[in-house]
Amino acid sequence: MEDKVLMKGNEAIAEAAIRGGCRAFFGYPITPQNEIPEYMSVRMPEVGGVFIQSESEVAAINMVYGAGGTGVRAMTSSSSPGISLKQEGISYICGAEIPCVIVNMVRSGPGLGGIQPAQCDYFQAVKGGGHGDYKMLVYGPNSVQECMDLMYNAFDKAFEYRIPVMILGDGMLGQIMEPVTLPPMKDMSKDIRPDWATDGTRFGKQHRVINSLYIQPDELEAVNHKLFAKYDLMAEKETMCEEYLCEDAEIVLTAYGTVARIVKSAVDMLREQGHKVGMIRPITLFPFPTANYEKIANMSNVKEIMSIELSMGQMIEDVKLSVNGKKPVKFYGRCGGNVMTAEDIVAEVLKEEK
Amino acid sequence: MKKVFEKPKMLTDVPFHYCPGCSHGIVHRMVASAIDKLNAEKVIGVAPVGCAVFAYDYFNCDMQEAAHGRAPAVATGIKRTNPDAIVFAYQGDGDLASIGMAEIVHAAARSENITVIFINNAIYGMTGGQMAPTTMIGQKATTCQQGRSVELNGYPIHVSEMLAQLQGPCYIERVSTHDVKHVKQAEKAIDRAFRNQAEGKGFSLVEVLSSCPTNWGKNPLDAMKWVEEEMCKIYPLGVFKDTAKEEK
Repeated sequence: MEDKVLMKGNEAIAEAAIRGGCRAFFGYPITPQNEIPEYMSVRMPEVGGVFIQSESEVAAINMVYGAGGTGVRAMTSSSSPGISLKQEGISYICGAEIPCVIVNMVRSGPGLGGIQPAQCDYFQAVKGGGHGDYKMLVYGPNSVQECMDLMYNAFDKAFEYRIPVMILGDGMLGQIMEPVTLPPMKDMSKDIRPDWATDGTRFGKQHRVINSLYIQPDELEAVNHKLFAKYDLMAEKETMCEEYLCEDAEIVLTAYGTVARIVKSAVDMLREQGHKVGMIRPITLFPFPTANYEKIANMSNVKEIMSIELSMGQMIEDVKLSVNGKKPVKFYGRCGGNVMTAEDIVAEVLKEEK
Repeated sequence: MKKVFEKPKMLTDVPFHYCPGCSHGIVHRMVASAIDKLNAEKVIGVAPVGCAVFAYDYFNCDMQEAAHGRAPAVATGIKRTNPDAIVFAYQGDGDLASIGMAEIVHAAARSENITVIFINNAIYGMTGGQMAPTTMIGQKATTCQQGRSVELNGYPIHVSEMLAQLQGPCYIERVSTHDVKHVKQAEKAIDRAFRNQAEGKGFSLVEVLSSCPTNWGKNPLDAMKWVEEEMCKIYPLGVFKDTAKEEK
C-alpha cells in the first residue's frame, strides 16, 4: 500500500533525510526554512539521532564537520544569509572530503534581502561559494515529491563521492504543500563507518586525520586534482535533466526548481495556441547537464533558448557556456522575491516570435 | 632496571615542530598521559588553527583539524554522535578567546561532555607575534608595538573567570607551566578534566599559562620567569568552577 501524505517541502526534506539515514541535524533559525529544524527537533530523538539548535550557522556547519568526519550521516539547513555564514565550513568540508547534506531554501538578496522566494544563490551553490577550488553536488528539485526523492538518496551520493550535497530550493518550495509518497526507512543498523572516518577507535588501526591543511604545494595540487577527478566522474554519472516537448520546438525555455513548473504551464499554454515551444530543466545544477543543452543547441528546429530565473541572470551563464554560441540565449527574470506568472512568460515568448 | 619515565602511548613518534622553550610540548605530553590513564578505547581530538595546528600529527588517536576558533563546535558534533568516545579540543588564545568566543561560550553553556585545553600565552604565535585577546596592558606585540593600550585595544579577556560565570561548566581551572611544581599541578588539573568526561560530568576546561619565547623576544628561561612574574599576576591560578566541590 502506498504511503501518501500531504507535506510541506521543508517537512518532506526533513522526513526524507531521516528515512535516508540522517542521524544528526545541526541548525540555526532563519526564515523560510524553520520547519526543517522544528521537524527535526521532534523527529530526530525518535530515531535515536542527534538534534542541536546551534549558536550560529557557523557553529552548525562545524558541528556537521565534526559529526560527518566520524562517518555519521549529518546535515544542516538554512537560507541565503545563513548559507553565506556557512561558506567557511563548507570550504573546509570540501577540502577534508566530509560527506554531508546542506539545504538552502533560498530567499531574495543581497544582504538581509527579503524572505520571499528567489534563485539568486545559484552562483554561490554551483561555482564554489567559499574560498578555494571546490564544488558540491547540487540538486534543484521542483516539487515536494522531488525534494523527498533527491533528499532520500542524497547521503548515499555524499558518501559515495565524499562530498557535501546541496539541496537548492527556495521559499516557495519549502512552504508549498503537496501529496507525497514516503520512501521506506533505510536500514542503518548495519551501517559501518567508512575506512577514513575518525570514529575514535584506537586499537587495530592507524590513527586517522580529518584535515584540509597541506603545506607542501605539490601535495595540495594533487588534492586539487583528486577533487576535480571526482567532479568529472560525477558529471559522467550523476547528471540529471528533464526535457519537455523539445523535439519540434522553435523556442526552448530553460529553468530549474519551482520556476520550471511555471515555465511548464507556459509551454502548455503556448502549445495550445499553436506555438512550438519546449522546456529543458536541469535537476542537477552541478554537475550541469551540458550535453543536453548541446543537443538542443544542435537541433535545426531550435531557433532560440531563453533562460527564465528568479534572479538577474545566473544560470544563463552555464546555459551560454553549454550552448557555446550555437543559438541565441535570451533572458527573462524577476527578482526581489517577485515571482513571474505563466502569463508573464507567455507574453515574453510571444515578443520573441514577432 | 625499573622504568621511571616513558613517553605516553598517546603521542606518536613525529617530532614536535615547536620552538625551544615553548610550553606546547609539555602540555601535549600531559594531555597524552591523562588520556593514557583513562585506558579509553575511543578517543577523538580536535586541533586548532595556530601553533598547535599540527597537533593532529602528534596525538596518537583519531584527530580532526578544525577551522580557526571552531574546535568546540566540531567537538560538539563529534561527541554528540560518538558519546562513547573521549573527545577533546586543544586551542590557543587567538583561536578560543577571539575568533572562537561564541563557540567556546556555547559549548560551555550546553555543558558538552568534552575536555578543552586552552593555551594562553598572551600572543599570536603562528602568525608571528600579533596582539591576542589575552595580551596584557603594556605588553608589546607586532600590532601594538608601543605596548597594548587601553585606549586603543581595551582590556585582556579572562576566559576562566568569564566561563565560570556560566551554569553549564563542570570544572574550570587555570594552571601554569613555569616550573616543575606548577607543571605537576597542571598535570593534576588536566587529569581531572579528562576524568570528568569519562565520568560523564560535563564540560571541563583547563587554561594553561604558557611561554612563547620566540614572539616575546626572550630566551626560554626569561620567558618562564615572565610567565611566573607577569602573567600569573594578571591571570591568577586556581580553580574557578568545580561542581563536584559545590555539591559537597
